[in-house]
Amino acid sequence: MIKLLRLLFVFTGFILVSTSALLGTAVADTPFPTVHLPADESLKCIQPADEMRRNHMNYIMHQRDITVHDGIRTEPDSLSGCIDCHVEPRVESSGKEGEIASFKSNEHFCTSCHQYAAVQIDCFQCHADRPQKYIKRSYHTSSLKNQLQQAMTATAEVEQ
Amino acid sequence: MKDSNYSKVNNSRRAFLSKTAIASSSAVTIAIAPGVLLSEVHAQTAHASQGASISTKADDEAVSSKNRWGMLIDTAKCASGCTGCVDACNEEHGLVGNNRPETDTQYIRKVHLKNKTTGHELSLPLMCQHCETAPCVDVCPTGASFTRKDGIVLVDKHICIGCRYCMMACPYKARSLVHEKVTNQTLSSPRGKGTVESCTMCVTRVDKGGIPACVEACTAENHNAMIFGDLNDPDSAISIELKNRGGKQLRPDLALNTGVRYQGL
Ligand code: HEC
Ligand code: HEC
Ligand code: HEC
Repeated sequence: MIKLLRLLFVFTGFILVSTSALLGTAVADTPFPTVHLPADESLKCIQPADEMRRNHMNYIMHQRDITVHDGIRTEPDSLSGCIDCHVEPRVESSGKEGEIASFKSNEHFCTSCHQYAAVQIDCFQCHADRPQKYIKRSYHTSSLKNQLQQAMTATAEVEQ
Repeated sequence: MKDSNYSKVNNSRRAFLSKTAIASSSAVTIAIAPGVLLSEVHAQTAHASQGASISTKADDEAVSSKNRWGMLIDTAKCASGCTGCVDACNEEHGLVGNNRPETDTQYIRKVHLKNKTTGHELSLPLMCQHCETAPCVDVCPTGASFTRKDGIVLVDKHICIGCRYCMMACPYKARSLVHEKVTNQTLSSPRGKGTVESCTMCVTRVDKGGIPACVEACTAENHNAMIFGDLNDPDSAISIELKNRGGKQLRPDLALNTGVRYQGL
């Protein structure tokens, strides 16, 4: 009986060891997120990279409150600062400037990690996910002007 | 819009107004848009307290109650049919219409008034009046609506839950809810579906020592109907103009001490 039990222990032990070995290889094979860093290597983040990896959210959340409530506008720490530096057009194989990955794509700097880490942020529902210089606004046409003129000119009469 | 509903509201408010405005013999009630009333009671002089200069603050300096930003609009100079201020605002803040005038965001709109008896017509831009005691701030359940120390009334959209109490409370109908998804927003107005917004007096410009886009456009059109400046600084152009020629609040009966004043109402 004891012999049988011992055999059972050894057997389960063997199974445990082999599965953890399997898991080990599984972890090693898991692709880590590809984080595209700014092409210009002379640029520096607002803090060292390891600090940013861990604590970037604290910096932006703090900045958010002091900007909105106290009007403190220190560019590099701002969300638009992160975006200006971190979001660039793809480089096509031809060497030309390509499209910019939207925040929904894991090619976007912020999403590359967040998708991997299952983090969901709502920031880009309101904030542009790319630098302003890459945004072309063409809607401001005279037809819009007319439309607005109609919509926004309310006429009312004065009662005495 | 169903006019009948609104005129019902207007009537009861008119009755209320005529009772509260006994002090003034020249009380005039103006309905400027469905559901929005302006009452002209007395010429009010702007509040001008101990001065501070309009010095532009450093980027890392917090705003303070040293300043109170305001605007003065001379309706006599405001050209009817001109939408320069509205266009500039829409461009600055990236406001796109979806051809749904009842819900499309308006930070500023042109209002045209006609006096039935005299036939006198006037045109004015209407936007958030940046009240000192703002009803929108009073009713906000989350603290998203707030008055910045320098008098600018804002929505902290990070806290806004989109309940729209503030829209109901505002006597000037100055606020809008974003009803559709938005992309490629401007830096002046990050905006997205489900939160309330209104004129920000272009805080992003003001914080950098600039003037609001509407004022800039009005000046560029050579109409010069709008002055922006510090109401707390007795030497600012706006304070001097207010001192010399006065300026009225819309609905002064509500005692909101608005930051936006009008001449020639
Ligand atoms: C509902 C809309 C909305 C959402 C969602 C939103 N913001 Fe904002 N945010 C704004 C508005 C409006 C401002 C004010 C812009 C100004 O005054 O410059 C702002 C300003 C900021 C600022 C200061 C300006 C800047 O560019 O640095 C930061 C930082 C910021 N937000 C961070 C965030 C972060 C991080 C998130 C996501 C967790 C987020 N916001 C989500 C609307 C939004
Ligand atoms: C002036 C350009 C610049 C600005 C502004 C900037 N960054 Fe960076 N960031 C960089 C560079 C360059 C690196 C790579 C640094 C390194 O490897 O030492 C980096 C690294 C990072 C990393 C680590 C990425 C990794 O390697 O895993 C994070 C996270 C990050 N930044 C977030 C932010 C956030 C959030 C903001 C805005 C508050 C911001 N950055 C602003 C240039 C910038
Ligand atoms: C190096 C990987 C990485 C990059 C790059 C990165 N993030 Fe993150 N971010 C994370 C991780 C991981 C978390 C979750 C941390 C946690 O929950 O403790 C996170 C959390 C956040 C949070 C807090 C979310 C919450 O619900 O609390 C915000 C906001 C945020 N990131 C914004 C950004 C923005 C904006 C960018 C792009 C400028 C960005 N991050 C780039 C890894 C990254």
